[in-house]
Amino acid sequence: MANIKELTHTPQHLTPGHSMCGGCGAPMAVRQVLMGAGKTPVVVSSATGCLEVSTTAFPYTSWTGGFIHNTFQSSAATISGVEAAFRGLERAGKIPADKKVKFIAFGGDGGTYDIGLQALSGALERGHDFLYVCYDNGAYMNTGIQRSGATPYSAWTTTSEVGPAVPGKRHFEKDLSSIVAAHNIPYLAQASVSNWNDLVTKATKAIDIDGPTFLNVMAPCPRGWRLPFNQTVEIAKLAVQTNYWPLFEVENGVWKLTPNKNPKPVEEFLKPQGRFKHMFKAGNEHLIKEFQTNVDRRMCYYEARVAGSKTYEELLEERGLPLTSDEALSRESGSHEQFQM
Amino acid sequence: MAEKKQTVMAASGDQMVAEAFRQANPDVLPVYPITPQTIIVEEFDKFVADGKVHTEFVPVESEHSAMAAAIGASAAGARTVTATASQGLAYMWEELYVAAGMRLPIVMANANRALSAPINIHGDHSDIMGCRDTGWIMLFAENAQEAYDDTLISFRVAEHPDVMLPVATTLDGFITSHALDRAELMDDETVAEFVGQYKPAHSLLDTEDPVSYGMFANLGNFYMETKLGQRKAMENSFKVLREAGAEWEKLSGRPFEFVKTYGMEDAERVIVVMGSSIGNARAVARELRANGEKVGVVGLRVFRPFPAYDLVAALKGAKAIAIMDRCETIGGQGGPLWSETVAAMATAGVSIPTRNYIYGLGGADVTLEILYQIYEDLKELPAAAEKGDVIGVTYVGARTSAKDSQSNLVANSQTAAHKG
Repeated sequence: MANIKELTHTPQHLTPGHSMCGGCGAPMAVRQVLMGAGKTPVVVSSATGCLEVSTTAFPYTSWTGGFIHNTFQSSAATISGVEAAFRGLERAGKIPADKKVKFIAFGGDGGTYDIGLQALSGALERGHDFLYVCYDNGAYMNTGIQRSGATPYSAWTTTSEVGPAVPGKRHFEKDLSSIVAAHNIPYLAQASVSNWNDLVTKATKAIDIDGPTFLNVMAPCPRGWRLPFNQTVEIAKLAVQTNYWPLFEVENGVWKLTPNKNPKPVEEFLKPQGRFKHMFKAGNEHLIKEFQTNVDRRMCYYEARVAGSKTYEELLEERGLPLTSDEALSRESGSHEQFQM
Repeated sequence: MAEKKQTVMAASGDQMVAEAFRQANPDVLPVYPITPQTIIVEEFDKFVADGKVHTEFVPVESEHSAMAAAIGASAAGARTVTATASQGLAYMWEELYVAAGMRLPIVMANANRALSAPINIHGDHSDIMGCRDTGWIMLFAENAQEAYDDTLISFRVAEHPDVMLPVATTLDGFITSHALDRAELMDDETVAEFVGQYKPAHSLLDTEDPVSYGMFANLGNFYMETKLGQRKAMENSFKVLREAGAEWEKLSGRPFEFVKTYGMEDAERVIVVMGSSIGNARAVARELRANGEKVGVVGLRVFRPFPAYDLVAALKGAKAIAIMDRCETIGGQGGPLWSETVAAMATAGVSIPTRNYIYGLGGADVTLEILYQIYEDLKELPAAAEKGDVIGVTYVGARTSAKDSQSNLVANSQTAAHKG
């Protein structure tokens, strides 16, 4: 557990004076994560995006330690090179044996769920000692709010427009945390800027562990979400309370969910945001229902991964939830059983 | 001077590059396999497995990540090398600009190969010429020996404080990368002393003096000033290349010349060419000169920085020049070697008729017959130039129609086509 009084004394790796928007969730995520490094020096890599452009306007930098920005998709590959350099130089005796540096890569959801997924997967598989942090605000915000693989179902963006023919994004968001979990890395967690204690605790744990670790952090973008700038933390909290963004961690393959006894209906997360406003128009009730079903089904999927839990199918049945159409199809054709090991 | 020991090897160009990498003992080698570069990777990984190097070997999941990891490693102060070819080099493309713009002294071997489509794994210069403007120093080896020598010299140039630029040391796919050749390997101690240690001025791992790399140069003229800095560094590399080359010559007995000439003391008809075909051209020129014909060969070993001064000095006495490009610039007036050579002569006030020959694409054979034909063709060139009938490129070693039984000189001039 993090202690807020102690945290105020940790060195600031990201200094004030950067040019992120007021209310932006990204620097909150970065500052909370880097508190987890304590006094150990860090080298940070960042994907191209808001975080990079707003903290490194040449000739100024907001980073007190080593920082590198390479390209959009290469945050993980770049930090893997930095970490490899540390190992190679250490082996050559060119840096002191007791020198300690932590390696942390940041990327937004565009740079992580989409264009940087391959580089992330490769770096995780190779076992570099680094923490990758995705600050997830659910769209390509830096280029002007375009949809990404993390954009929620039905959300308006400038490339998932809302009109009489198409009511916003037609696809459900990717479950990146589960994709990362499939790499069998020592530690990964989902966290939110609204739950600072949980986030700093998870970051501390992730940074301490030898080997690749991953944090997926809910970091709202008021500009892109069409939300007042003072509502960032409040909406992130609602993402957690509605189970849109459940908090969990996976340590050496063991899943642990943060209990959320009485989840709020998703409407409470959707309603304050302008990007979902069409969902509340008459005739669009089904969009909210589909959104809710997807959130509930995903919870069954996560809960089923906790040791001793009922199976995914049992949980769905218990809660009166349907399989996805793909899942239903695979069971009907028998291919599911056929290919089970 | 200490006793230098050179071992004569029967080795492929790829093997010799791997040996050079071993002797330079890089701190990091991120790499992704692609034909015909693979022997370099495989040989080097054996050195890693046998503990002959301290290198951190990073088997990445793509060439994009290979160069990205190389950039991270080099920015962290590590001597960093990699190798690629063809689609792999193309996949790295945006990262090549980043490496040069960040002034990172990465050394990369490229086994020059055709680009898709159609897919073809054989040697030509389509891949490497695609990145001629990325800001990398580019060397073209004629044979396995030069591939080895170029690689070692590269470290001296890349890591020199007046340069600090990445270097691509290239060898022609299969012809040089895979064919066994005679090459001399210098002893490890002499090489270690020659290449020295890389001492980075700014490292990500320097926690006492932290640095930000890859910053946002969006306002003011910082972007343009950065490019000017790269231009100056590239100009500085002439001197450093010459000095390092001369030092290496003293140790090895092998000269390092930007422009290699043959018969140029009196040659009137000249072939300008790069890479593995220089030897073929020299063999044909030797035959013709034995018969009293005034022919010569100019082979470029350095393409970036472009050695305009040396090249014009070599060519200025010629009467007709064949410039051979092993890659296409479809829609352009001619290949990159032709464009650069013609521009170099024009700016020096030297006016000699030239013809651009496109040859050896996708590993198409570069037979001696083709080179005889080119020297023959050059006899007509001054007269054609007089008439203004020299626009366009000339393909050699290709059929114009499936009915043709053999490859020939084709499309000698497209002046008519240009008139529409």
